[in-house]
Amino acid sequence: MHPAWSVIFFTVLAGMGQGFFLMLVRADAAGADPFALAIGGAASVVLMCIGLACSFFHLGHPMRAWRAMAMWRTSWLSREVIVLPLTIGVVALWSLAQLYGWQALGEKTTLWVGAAGVLLCFALWFCTGMIYACIRFLREWAHWLTLLNFTLLGWMSGATLFAAYWEGLYGANESDRAIAGALTLTLAGAVARLASLARNKNLKPLSTPQSAIGMKTAKLKQMSQGATGGSFNTREFFHGKSALVVRNVKWIALGLAFALPAVLLFGATKAPALWILVLAAVSQLLGLLAERWLFFAQANHPQNIYYQAVA
Amino acid sequence: MSAVMNNQAKNGSQSHSPQNAPLGTSKGANEETLAKQLALVIDLNVCVGCHACVTSCKQWNTSGSAGPLADLNAYGANPSGTFFNRVQTWEAGEYPATETVHFPKSCLHCEDPPCVPVCPTGASYKRKEDGIVLVDYDKCIGCKYCAWACPYGARELDEERQVMTKCTLCVDRIYNEKLAPEERKPACVMACPTGARLFGDVKDPESEVSKAIRERGGYSLMPEWETQPANQYLPRLIREAQEF
Repeated sequence: MHPAWSVIFFTVLAGMGQGFFLMLVRADAAGADPFALAIGGAASVVLMCIGLACSFFHLGHPMRAWRAMAMWRTSWLSREVIVLPLTIGVVALWSLAQLYGWQALGEKTTLWVGAAGVLLCFALWFCTGMIYACIRFLREWAHWLTLLNFTLLGWMSGATLFAAYWEGLYGANESDRAIAGALTLTLAGAVARLASLARNKNLKPLSTPQSAIGMKTAKLKQMSQGATGGSFNTREFFHGKSALVVRNVKWIALGLAFALPAVLLFGATKAPALWILVLAAVSQLLGLLAERWLFFAQANHPQNIYYQAVA
Repeated sequence: MSAVMNNQAKNGSQSHSPQNAPLGTSKGANEETLAKQLALVIDLNVCVGCHACVTSCKQWNTSGSAGPLADLNAYGANPSGTFFNRVQTWEAGEYPATETVHFPKSCLHCEDPPCVPVCPTGASYKRKEDGIVLVDYDKCIGCKYCAWACPYGARELDEERQVMTKCTLCVDRIYNEKLAPEERKPACVMACPTGARLFGDVKDPESEVSKAIRERGGYSLMPEWETQPANQYLPRLIREAQEF
């Protein structure tokens, strides 16, 4: 598939915001300072809103985007469009509850709202993952690892950002748990992503030129796709880069999203320092942009069988 | 993961083999079988690859009320444009026993169209009365998700209008009472000089298309995805009989 930058930025940034919020709720449960949590919640809202804004650039008619809420009965995209603003709203509410010390639901008000926010964050990851996983003939996507990866990779990047935030606020003694959490999630994310890469490598296409045309001859090749100058079909379903570029992006993604942050986070467990954790978070953000590009580029659409030769 | 399991259970009556559908939910918009299903049946024995169906399709559909089908860089080195129908050329077999196959390709109006349930706005729909899969251009937000969800690449985003477009089976011709009855057929069918394109109701066993499918071994493209395409193709019988 052709990687769309709008969707890449949306899923990476929103995922980071969701993961960050999860760590904030954990800190709230441990009795953290409400003001620090409120600021963190605002940052999570900002990340998700930037993501939402990016997603509009994917649309041919952004002004009609509201219509996308209509088909929630059948469309995971529609469900995502409903869950995303809900999540942003609840996280914003949670931040305000922290800031103003709201206790409408008793002493544990922020925890109740936080729990709702956590559920919505997981629901959002599930919807986003299912948008891709439900297309059965995009076999690189049609697997539960897609759901796991959207969840773990978003959570891990948010956790690393949270570790940097907590280190900046409170220094070494308070950030221990945050750093350990980010390291654990980064390692878990690496395992899950490597598993999906290994699976992709072993996938054999189910569709062939023979099934696409319906002829049984062993040798069947396209002489002309019916247009000389390309079409939507030649632009939308192929990344347009060489195999070497894709391979390089893979190593960049693995290095920046997992290897470097894991080393930095491990170092931070021994000698915590703000710059190490900021570097880890930035590296992970850049790495995930490359990872998401790869996620699209590696998906082989069967329609490409029909677009092999110009003339 | 329970939601996934539930969805699979719900769709059990039309479930496909497990290896194809680890996470199946893009199905389900079309639970019941329609009484009428209009479709094309394309005879690969007689298609000569003249592209008359391509140009007549473009001419009719670029002139209608839905607005023009954009052409980009029409007089430049790499012209590109929106088409509902293409004719491709393939080479089958090993030299010297090769055979040139001209292969017209358009929306197959699947009986279980994977492009429809994924549409977030309801712009993509399958008509109950005749099974034609259509796009409501006023509702389409141009997210391209339906095109991703079509294994055949039958949909094209119009780069000027920024909405998804596709073959309508000339829905504005076939019921058009201002046309003479014999002209109430898709433009591609009218244009084909060899009669390679048949049009009719594949649910009516006595129709020309049903007979052709039944008597001449009509088949579906990419049956592995179980989209149940309404359009079918008639195989190149003579040469295949010699080879196999």
